Amino acid sequence: MNRTLTIALSKGRIFRETLPLLAQAGIEPADDPDTSRKLILDTSDENVKLVILRAADVPTYVQYGAADLGVAGKDVLMEHGGDGLYEPLDLGIACCRMMVAGPAGGQEPGKDRLRIATKYVRTTRSFYAEKREQVEIIKLYGSMELAPLVGLADRIVDLVDTGNTLKANGLAPLEHIADISSRLVVNKASMKMKHDRVKSFINKIAEARS
Amino acid sequence: MNIRDQWLLPAGIEEVLPPQSWRLEQVRRQVLDLYRCWGYELVIPPFIEYLESLLTGAGNDLDLQTFKLTDQLTGRMMGVRADMTPQAARIDAHPMKSDFPSRLCYLGTVLHTRPDGFAGSRSPMQVGAELFGHAGVDSDIEILSLVLETLSLTGVKDVHMDLGHVGIFRGLARDADLDRDQEIALFEALQRKAVSDIDALLGQTSAGSEQRQRLARLADLNGDEGMLAEARSVLSGAGDAVIAALDNLCEISEAMHRRMPDNRFYYDLAELRGYNYQTGLVFAAFVPGYGQEIARGGRYDEIGRVFGRARPATGFSTDLKTLIDLGCTGAALSGGAIYAPADDDTDLQQVIRDLRNKGEKVVCELSAQPGGAGDMGCDRLLVKEAGKWLVKNRE
Repeated sequence: MNRTLTIALSKGRIFRETLPLLAQAGIEPADDPDTSRKLILDTSDENVKLVILRAADVPTYVQYGAADLGVAGKDVLMEHGGDGLYEPLDLGIACCRMMVAGPAGGQEPGKDRLRIATKYVRTTRSFYAEKREQVEIIKLYGSMELAPLVGLADRIVDLVDTGNTLKANGLAPLEHIADISSRLVVNKASMKMKHDRVKSFINKIAEARS
Repeated sequence: MNIRDQWLLPAGIEEVLPPQSWRLEQVRRQVLDLYRCWGYELVIPPFIEYLESLLTGAGNDLDLQTFKLTDQLTGRMMGVRADMTPQAARIDAHPMKSDFPSRLCYLGTVLHTRPDGFAGSRSPMQVGAELFGHAGVDSDIEILSLVLETLSLTGVKDVHMDLGHVGIFRGLARDADLDRDQEIALFEALQRKAVSDIDALLGQTSAGSEQRQRLARLADLNGDEGMLAEARSVLSGAGDAVIAALDNLCEISEAMHRRMPDNRFYYDLAELRGYNYQTGLVFAAFVPGYGQEIARGGRYDEIGRVFGRARPATGFSTDLKTLIDLGCTGAALSGGAIYAPADDDTDLQQVIRDLRNKGEKVVCELSAQPGGAGDMGCDRLLVKEAGKWLVKNRE
């Protein structure tokens, strides 16, 4: 049986903030993904490999068992739907908020349907559905803040950390949708078939976090 | 559509081609023979029927998965089956109407509106067996054994069987007085083992701290049979229904370990597949290297009620195409063929008939056809020597 545990991580903030937790579990990557071009990283534990992905792809890799475990933001999990995954541990890292934002001090646009620009289409739709508000959603892939400035959208739904980018573009947070942090996610089949290893890994990370 | 794209099949709709197709057919026959030997009657439900009976008690998921159309004769909605289990339940409740236990098996293509699972298929070949009319553990044990036999017959190795029991969560939710919305929200969080969400949800309920504690611990109650003992101590003090469900699971577990000691069993009390209609044991089979379940089933005692006849029921189903992909039964049906020359000789025709009666594959040459024995996939030839037709190996 395959003894290797594969852990899917995304580059950047999640990777940086996950490293100390992994280190406490005795796992240190052999290469730095920011300088290395490798997508599969060996670690100090020969039975543990890290794969480096786009953040939004982490749930897909873990759901289909291409990775046993992964670290994904709650924003990505909400958008993915979270089906077919376990998310047993809130790592409390890469914290931010998902917010609705719009022009600071702006008037209500005063029309029937607001246009909302976001990359979180599914989450945005269900948020407004719960508020019983009919909106039009425009899917964008980045630089959300631009959309209201050039008249593409009335509002945006995006992650807000310090709020500086919003402020610099004359936008203000309007409504809070969810608190976001990163979760440890686990493939269902791995949880069952590599139970001892996966569970002891989860326990080590849980200890490291507290 | 571009003319070059016209031969493409819709996403998730696949055909089975040689050599896989004969293998699939062979395994199909073997599986049905197996069920016949276990005393299961074969039913062949229609591909399409009225929507109401297809969606009986099965909940929203199946509704979304079902292709629908209007019956021009009655104006009623019809659905193309997305799951044959409700059809088997309807057959047990109406046309068959036995007062004794009845065993039904079925095999056929089902159609899904959306691709699901690893293979992304929308047209799995569903095969399954259902046992109606018995409420005890014996029928659950029989069904579990039959799943494992099916998997082993199709050559699927290293099977892990994951067992759970919906009665435990259902009982705990009742003990804690959760309303319908809370129960659904908690159920969804439990499916993801999202401990922080579970804690947050429980914090909003008016349940006592002991009841909350037990529900929260469910997410962590998984592992090998040792976990069942831990579950007993965690859940002691819970209502009778919960304890009865746990007893039921333990009894099935002990019997399965006795009967099939080589198989690996795993227990997970938060795994509640088909929570809408399951009422007791639930199970799913996994294999290494394949991140999703390959067979599933359990007890669903209430489903026949809508047809006016609630009978205890337990069963399983799986996708034969997935099993073929995973299995390694090498016994292909091909085994070579014999090439017969284009010759109207009556002796030759008799020899060909005799060979075919013995189960040999004989391919007749068509006069002036392009290609020879090798091109037609034959490893042997019929040749006339000293006035007799003999089978010779191809040079």
